[in-house]
This record gives sequence, structure tokens and C-alpha cells, in this order.
Amino acid sequence: MSNIPSHLKYTESHEWVDADEHGNARIGISDHAQAELGDLVFVELPVVGDEITQGDPCAVVESVKAASDIYTPVSGRVLAINEELDIDPAIINADPYGDGWLFELELIDDEELESLKDAEAYEESLED
Amino acid sequence: MPQHTPLYEAHVAAGARMVDFGGWEMPINYGSQIEEHHSVRQAAGMFDVSHMTVVDINGSQARHFLSYLLANDVAKLTSPGRALYSCMLNEKGGVIDDLITYFLDERFFRVVVNAATHDKDMAWITLQARAFDVVVTERPELAMIAVQGPAAREAVLSLLPDNDVAAAAAMKPFGAGQFGDLFVARTGYTGEDGFEISLPAESANKFWEQLLSAGVAPCGLGARDTLRLEAGMNLYGQDMDETVTPLESGLGWTVALKDDRSFIGKDALLEQKSRGVESKLVGLVLQGRGVLRPGQRIVTDAGDGVITSGSFSPTLQKAIAFARLPKDATGVCQVDMRGRLLDCSIVQPPFVRNGTVCEGII
Repeated sequence: MSNIPSHLKYTESHEWVDADEHGNARIGISDHAQAELGDLVFVELPVVGDEITQGDPCAVVESVKAASDIYTPVSGRVLAINEELDIDPAIINADPYGDGWLFELELIDDEELESLKDAEAYEESLED
Repeated sequence: MPQHTPLYEAHVAAGARMVDFGGWEMPINYGSQIEEHHSVRQAAGMFDVSHMTVVDINGSQARHFLSYLLANDVAKLTSPGRALYSCMLNEKGGVIDDLITYFLDERFFRVVVNAATHDKDMAWITLQARAFDVVVTERPELAMIAVQGPAAREAVLSLLPDNDVAAAAAMKPFGAGQFGDLFVARTGYTGEDGFEISLPAESANKFWEQLLSAGVAPCGLGARDTLRLEAGMNLYGQDMDETVTPLESGLGWTVALKDDRSFIGKDALLEQKSRGVESKLVGLVLQGRGVLRPGQRIVTDAGDGVITSGSFSPTLQKAIAFARLPKDATGVCQVDMRGRLLDCSIVQPPFVRNGTVCEGII
């Protein structure tokens, strides 16, 4: 079974969001997504400082099997990207919710978080 | 309903991720495809290839029949226990399938064809066999395990009865022999040394477990694909099919055109050769970052081409591919990757042999 931490929010396209009380959020892909993709070999991340809008394709993760667009779950300005992934994208396979995070945003609209799935709803969507 | 090999339960119990492959539910990996790839390059890995179709050709005209059926010439099989790679063509020279033929004795040849093409292959072989004194018998009761890598032969030899070891160890590449229940061939699809072993389905699980105990790593179809790509070996259905000839698929070396032997597709190949072959299958190495994928467009000075197989090469740590390009394309080309044109060098496969990157690749 795939690991779905309860403190995160999720999208149908298998991204997770970890928002803090200061209006910043860290984004990555779920354990289910990394397992489906297989060994990741290449990651293309957004540019720090860019503004991206909820649902935009803003990054690409490529595995031995396929390239997959990452859609930002929430709108915001890119504060940071995980530069470690440039050297070793397999960190995402090993630790998708921790060291394998993709990028951080300064949120534009907190309410967008309400449109995302909680862990339970995400787990149900995987069972469909 | 998907078909299952005799090793299906062992794969599931080992935590394999299972996928559909030509109607068979097969392991794509047991965790990490890249680790499995490295196991084969550096030590020994094994693949369940029981989904492949084993067909025995028996009868007084067995050799005569295969001489007509195949584009390569079974006359090259001069002593029993030798194997030959060939394409099987239609009248237009298009590739119905690629296969390996084993010569066992003058009345007994064995052919191993792909799983995904099983139905059309059997229909074609059976149809063509009508004009010959041969009996075509499928052997679905045989399982097949490929053990590949620098330590593969040693691992297999350690499991053979003492009185078979010397003979099995003496087999040269493309040699084969029957040792008790095991039909052992020194062939493979990885660019490494090793054996492909056919055995009764009921013995498969025990042999698989013995190989595990001998330190052989189970590997899925994912690693099999990146290994064969590095090794410069075509995959039927991607790199060639019925719409192209071997001459357009980097397989001219497997077609014996020079003598007066008649075989299916020969006239079409001769005509194509005299007209001029317009395209060729080449290797590509992506110079920057990214992964090459089948279907991506290739831009060259001589016109556009397309990637037929592409992936990330764990050995080179770069993206590599096969592409069908206009015949005059050389040097550097560009791949259209999501709208951006990125440079690739055009190379002659293989990319990797026996654990080492080949000369001229990077």
C-alpha cells in the first residue's frame, strides 16, 4: 500500500502540498506517483521568482518509463526549488514527502487549499 | 484474462510491479529498474521470459523449410547445438517477427519467437509449413529463464549435474545443448554473457529459487528494455514491424542475399536494394539533459526522422535512442522535446557491450 501522510493535501494528479501558517507551501509528488513512474532520472523545475497559477504545468519529472507533467496544486510565487534533485532525482523515489520535495511557493490565495483533497479523499481516489 | 507464466506467483510474492505485456501479466520491476540493470552489467540478473513462444520444427525437410521461411540462412548452422538470429519476412520484405533458430539435428530445429506476435507468427509458420514435410509443434509447457551478466554462466553451471558442467561450460556464444531437463543456450538480449534456459514449467520455480540462492538478482522487463537498448538490439513492434524491411532497421547483416537461395521477401529486398534504401536505423545520444522517448521527432540536415526506442541509459547516465533517419543523416541532429530542439549525436550501436561503453559513443 502506498504511504499517504494525513497532514498533507493532495491533487487528483498526485501532487502533495504542505502549507504552513505563514502562507508558504512546499510541493512534491505522492508515494503512489513515484511508484507508478519508477526510477526517476531527470527533473525540470520552475524558475525561482516566477508566478504560477493553480493547475499550470510548471515542472516535469522523467522516469525510465515516462515523462510526467507536474501541475501546481496552488497559485503562488516560486520561493525555492530543490536543487539536490538535479544531482540525484532518485531522492524522490526514496523519500517523496521529505528530501524529495520539488519546489516552494509563497501562496497567493489560501482558499485554493480548500479545493484540494485530504489524505482520506486522496486514498479513496486511488482505489477507484 | 491475462496469461500467467509458471513463475507468476513468485514474482508477486517478491513484490514485483506487474504489467500487461502482449497479453501476459509480467514483472516490470521488483523495486528499482536501474538497480536491476546494474546487476546484469556488473554481476548476474535473471528474467522470466516464459511468455516467449517456443516452436519445434521436426521432419525430413526441417532445414529446407527454415531456409525458405527465414531471411537469414540456416545453412550457417553447420553443427548441431548452434543458434542463428533471423527475421521472418512477408512477401513485401516487411518484418513479421525476429527470432532465434536452434539447430538440434537434421530432423529437429527449434525456433523462439516473440510473445506479443504469437498468434500471427503461428498462423504464418503453419501456413508456410504446408508445402514441406515438417511438423510444427508449439511447446507451451516449457518455461524460459534468461540468466545474464558477467557472473551468470558461473551461477548456472553451479546448478547443473556434475557430469554436465564441462560440456555446458565449453559452449561458445550462440551454442546450445540439452542437459537433463534443461535446454541451455548461450544467447541473450542484454549485451552480456549468459544463458537462456528452457525447462519444464513444473521445474521452473525450483530452478528460479536455486538461482536466487546462487546470488542472481530477479530483473523485470523494464531493465530488459534498457539493457537491450544499450546493447543495440532491436525490439519487435518498436524498431521494426511489417511496414519496414530489415534493410531499413539496422538488420541488413542478418539477411543472406548473396546466393541463389529463395526465401520469402527476397525479391522485395533485392528490388529495394537496387532502388536504394531511403532510411536507416541509427543510435542517438542526447548531449544535454532529458530523456529520449519513442515517437519524438528528429530534425536533421537530410530531413526529419523519428525515435523508435528511447530511454535513459543507466550505464552512460545519458539518454539514448534508436531513430529511423534519412539515409544521408550524419553527425549531429536535434530532437523535438516538448517543442524545444536539443542536440543529439548520431552513433552506430551498440552503446554498451560486456559492461563497457563502446568506442565512439561518447
